[in-house]
Amino acid sequence: MLFQPINKNYHDYRIERDKDLCINCKVCIRQCAYEAHYWDEARQRVRHDNTKCVGCHRCEALCPTGALCIRLNQSEFRPNACWRPVFLKNIYKQADTGGVLLAGMGSPVDIPVYWDNLLLDASQVTNPSIDPLREPMELKTFLGSKPDRVEFAAPVKGKKGKPRLTTRLAPQIELNYPIMFSAMSFGSINFNLHVAMARAATELGICYNTGEGGLHKSLYQYGKNTIVQVASGRFGVHAEYLNAGAGIEIKIGQGAKPGIGGHLPGEKINEKVSETRMIPVGSDAISPAPHHDIYSIEDLHQLIFALKEASRYRVPVSVKIAAVHNVAAIASGIVRAGADIVAIDGMRGGTGAAPAMIRDNVGIPIELAIAAVDQRLRDEGIRNRASIISAGGTRCSADVVKAIALGADACYIGTAALLAVGCTLCGKCYTGKCPWGIATNDAKLSKRQNPDIAAKKMANLIRAWGHEIEEMLGGMGLNSIESLRGNRDKLRAVGLSDSEMDILGVKHAGR
Amino acid sequence: MKRVYPDKEYCIGCHLCELACITVHSKSKDLIIAYTQERLEDGLKACKRFQEKGPTCVALSCRHCDDPACVAACISGALQKDPETGATIYDIEKCVGCWSCLMACPYGAIQRHPTLNKIVKCDLCRDREGGPACVAACPNMALKFEER
Repeated sequence: MLFQPINKNYHDYRIERDKDLCINCKVCIRQCAYEAHYWDEARQRVRHDNTKCVGCHRCEALCPTGALCIRLNQSEFRPNACWRPVFLKNIYKQADTGGVLLAGMGSPVDIPVYWDNLLLDASQVTNPSIDPLREPMELKTFLGSKPDRVEFAAPVKGKKGKPRLTTRLAPQIELNYPIMFSAMSFGSINFNLHVAMARAATELGICYNTGEGGLHKSLYQYGKNTIVQVASGRFGVHAEYLNAGAGIEIKIGQGAKPGIGGHLPGEKINEKVSETRMIPVGSDAISPAPHHDIYSIEDLHQLIFALKEASRYRVPVSVKIAAVHNVAAIASGIVRAGADIVAIDGMRGGTGAAPAMIRDNVGIPIELAIAAVDQRLRDEGIRNRASIISAGGTRCSADVVKAIALGADACYIGTAALLAVGCTLCGKCYTGKCPWGIATNDAKLSKRQNPDIAAKKMANLIRAWGHEIEEMLGGMGLNSIESLRGNRDKLRAVGLSDSEMDILGVKHAGR
Repeated sequence: MKRVYPDKEYCIGCHLCELACITVHSKSKDLIIAYTQERLEDGLKACKRFQEKGPTCVALSCRHCDDPACVAACISGALQKDPETGATIYDIEKCVGCWSCLMACPYGAIQRHPTLNKIVKCDLCRDREGGPACVAACPNMALKFEER
């Protein structure tokens, strides 16, 4: 700890270098954005500083001889069920800096993950299961307001023809899979990944969300598979932008940081981000906590219809909120305000930067929120008026299936999409030095994401999940994702309390 | 003909292509022995040359030109154009180490051998199944082996 703060040695990771395998080729030095590896001139070999390691595993992944292993530092404080090491380390950090603790990615805290307590059904004997490899299986999903009833005109008597639908349908977003890439703004992640998301979404026939940073002109060509977002900072919002996509989303809140705004530091605002966000190069992009023109459901109604007017009622308007205590009532208000889609982001949702206290302590799990919102909208007879999107902490295709069975129409995935392109959840996105080239606009780091590779990996992930969803549906004897939507009879709970099961609307396993 | 094309947009400067290159051209075909022994003792050297300036980096090697200046300059016939594949091939036995090719190559793609009076130049890994090793090793598809 020579010349260092006294808590410097309580670092999180330890770099293990196998001396028999390390050839001192310096690949690790070139890859580490935090300078944990360095060339020791005196010893003429590569060495490392454990205190600088953030646990991103980039060096380990690229080491050509497999000489590196990143492990947790084993230093152990006296066991204390109340004062766990994370609290001690945070206090040491804050005593040094006097600042707010920042965090990246979704919350790692140990709150219940209800997906793990929900089990799916399968057909046995009394109803046949379906083999998706042999029989058609429908994953197609339409997002948007559905009519209360449909009316048809009969074909004119004596003439040939089919009945004709006379009800005017609201605009819909058509998806080939019930999955979309969630809002990750250009600026928080770099341009290469926006290109990749746009290409993958187009290839798959799904949508990606621009996030609140606007849409770069060169990506307008992927408009059919783009949802453009309007957030409190209104960055990059103009008439052309609103008409560029297949849908518009008003971002009210984010699951990782309900109730607070965003702050993209000036260092991340390069030429491209600047022209897209319509702010000067190097200036901080601050999204206020509230929309300053929305203080009530009536105000939200005005914005929804202003956006519908601006886009000539061609595309559905979504409203995204964080899952908070009164989420069901809020969602009901949003639907009554005219939203075609309600996106709900649970407290495990990812972020590029959030105060750790907010991320780890504010909001509610998405499973409870989806179930509560779906039930409330059904009870009020307005469930058909809006689609529900579940977001935040969707880890696998089974989570998607469970979310849909709880009442969601589709799922947003953000973290999973980033994991597909290399993210290891080190959670240091807010430093802007992402060694995987994801949450960074640094020219040298961001080119670590080649859009050709990234688009392929993202598309592969969704296709893989699509196959798995088809298998699970088939097993339950369903041949369409529509038949699963809100079908909570296909779920059973294990190890949950009566109130939890009551909110989720599921029976305990065995019942 | 198929050539190795570097893409400076996505070259991340990891130098893994160089490590692949020396492994393939080593006696042991083992990265650890090639890098820690053959490189130091026998002067084993990668055919690739790395250029780096600011955020831009790129791994360059022989371009196997259609009308190569090095072949025209070679006084011993060690550098030839392969009539079948179109590659610019190098016969180490014939080379007399006059460095005429080094002077002639406008791309600086030919290097001196560190210990022998010979040159080091890309041979497109002609004995390797699956094409050039550098292309296979690149983690970011910044090297492409293709017809253009």
